[in-house]
Amino acid sequence: MSIELKNVSKRFGAVAAVAAVNFTVREGELVALLGPSGGGKTTVLRMIAGLELPTEGDILIRGQRVNDVPVQKRNIGFVFQSYALFKTMSVFDNIAFGLKIKKWKSAERKARVLELLELLGLEGLEKRFPHQLSGGQRQRVAIARALAPKPSVLLLDEPFGAVDAKIRQELRDWLVHLHNDLNVTTLFVTHDQEEAMEVSNRIVIFSRGRLEQIGTPREVYEEPANEFVARFIGVLNVLELQVHQGVGRSGEVEFPANGRPDGSKMRIGFRPFAVRISRDLNLFPYRATISHTFFLGVMLRVELETPAGLIIRARMTKEEYAQLRLHDGMAVSFGIRSYRILGSEDEPMSAELVTAHTAAATYGDGI
Amino acid sequence: MSETTRFHRRTATTQSQRGTEESPMVKWTLISVAMLFLGVFLLLPLINVFAQAFAKGAGAYLGALRDPDTLAAIRLTLLVAAISVPLNLVFGVAAAWAIAKFEFRGKSLLITLIDLPFSVSPVVAGLMFVVLFGLQGYLGEWLDAHDIRIIFAVPGIVLATVFVTFPFVARELIPVMQATGTDQEQAALTLGANGWQTFWHVTLPSAKWGLLYGVILCNARAMGEFGAVSVVSGHITGVTDTMPLRVEKLYNEYNMTAAFTVASLLAVLALLTLGVKTFLEWKQAREHRLAQAIPAEKPSSRPPSES
Repeated sequence: MSIELKNVSKRFGAVAAVAAVNFTVREGELVALLGPSGGGKTTVLRMIAGLELPTEGDILIRGQRVNDVPVQKRNIGFVFQSYALFKTMSVFDNIAFGLKIKKWKSAERKARVLELLELLGLEGLEKRFPHQLSGGQRQRVAIARALAPKPSVLLLDEPFGAVDAKIRQELRDWLVHLHNDLNVTTLFVTHDQEEAMEVSNRIVIFSRGRLEQIGTPREVYEEPANEFVARFIGVLNVLELQVHQGVGRSGEVEFPANGRPDGSKMRIGFRPFAVRISRDLNLFPYRATISHTFFLGVMLRVELETPAGLIIRARMTKEEYAQLRLHDGMAVSFGIRSYRILGSEDEPMSAELVTAHTAAATYGDGI
Repeated sequence: MSETTRFHRRTATTQSQRGTEESPMVKWTLISVAMLFLGVFLLLPLINVFAQAFAKGAGAYLGALRDPDTLAAIRLTLLVAAISVPLNLVFGVAAAWAIAKFEFRGKSLLITLIDLPFSVSPVVAGLMFVVLFGLQGYLGEWLDAHDIRIIFAVPGIVLATVFVTFPFVARELIPVMQATGTDQEQAALTLGANGWQTFWHVTLPSAKWGLLYGVILCNARAMGEFGAVSVVSGHITGVTDTMPLRVEKLYNEYNMTAAFTVASLLAVLALLTLGVKTFLEWKQAREHRLAQAIPAEKPSSRPPSES
């Protein structure tokens, strides 16, 4: 285990920023700390670095309890959201700073800096000052500086927050490659679920100071621990149903009430991928018109509106869309392949249920 | 761009400026009043200082400078500045660091106290030291018994100067340090630097222009201070006279050439200070501008897959 948090809490005055968090990160993993802002993820990162001290609980790095180890001695590399480059030093001196502090010999220092400049594609920039660099270059200098003293853990706070969309994509790919090359245990904080899904081996999801779920991108998407996670990772259609005679209804859509009493309410949620659409108005149980189609590259988001005014979001590939010969304003039938009954936001997620009419069609499976 | 479009664009801006600007009459009247005022009340007297100093030729000027009592006054002024400026450098940096980087009880009290010397009349400041250390003062008898002279001696002059010039370094540094924030220092900590190394390599370099500026102002005031020093010095010719006190004494003795000669040295100091201050401000503004201007974002030259 490279990093282990045992029952870690952090209070700022009366505010609990982090409440009793437990998780472990394995050696060489690339882990995302994901959550909405104010969720406590940056505080967790700063506690691992030693920039904040936990109010309760233990933090272990490579099996050693580091609560009382000052930040200087933790052997971590930290990349700040603002990069925090030393603005009075050249790129070379920025990267060499940690080595100088650790009293590396001048020749070794130079060799290490040149090695990092090459690794991060910063050759030729060593004499520049931070203000002479682009945002992406600054970020790579910050990473090079953090990596120079060979830390056992690399921590990045919102590493892609301050650069524009195109560079962000490039930096993501690049971080994955860098991690593959160096194999240093890496934790990064992000509020962007797509970024977390794309880059990390595992995701730790926080909200309101609590750990909601930890798992691989696939696990948190397919088996969300609760409604918060389900809604935060990807899109979830949520319907509020009124129960009447053993059936929950919202507009035209109905689901078995599973023994809930008449007059009570229940909520169900389903992924856009679970919605299937056909030109054949009799193939699926419900009718709707396609109100709008959003092109998202390879994937499309199709918005359906039922005669009763329900808005249902569906997702499919461009090929499926073409194969089904769909277009905006068209009348279609649709069905919901699988869904979950939702409790309150914090309740554990119930098992996925399959609707009765699944057998009617075979396409759209396994997307 | 063709000549025509450029022409049209220029016409357009000129017109839009006219909409918000006062008439040339108002503009030039204001400028003339300001220039005239500065000329009569600042520039003319300054020129006059040098004119009077050299009224009897360069020989008389140098002769006045060679007077042993004047030389003693120059030496004392340099000595006092050499002691009080470094002291205030250290105090000022410590105070600015404490205020800019930490949150603590009594912080606003400390900020107010730093400004105290600005709001207290220098004469009152001098009197405070007389009341404390003078023969009739609280500590006077004890000091006298131990044969320690503070009032009417060099230590008193240094104390008064340190008091009056205390705010300059701290006042200049606080905004610079606050603007820099603590990110860079935290980065230094994560790279293994201890507090002293962080201060020396990160905090101080990023505040260097503000610091220099503060030191320059502090030095100018230390050399030019009159009121506080006058009260504690005792005006012993050749012993406790600083340059400003010497100017007054020579003037009262109707020794105009000598008085203006010493005054011209102080004027040169003032002009130098002004020059350095302007240079530092320009330098700071330039660095600030450079820091703001981020070059256009370009994808890295190498595809990441090759790294």
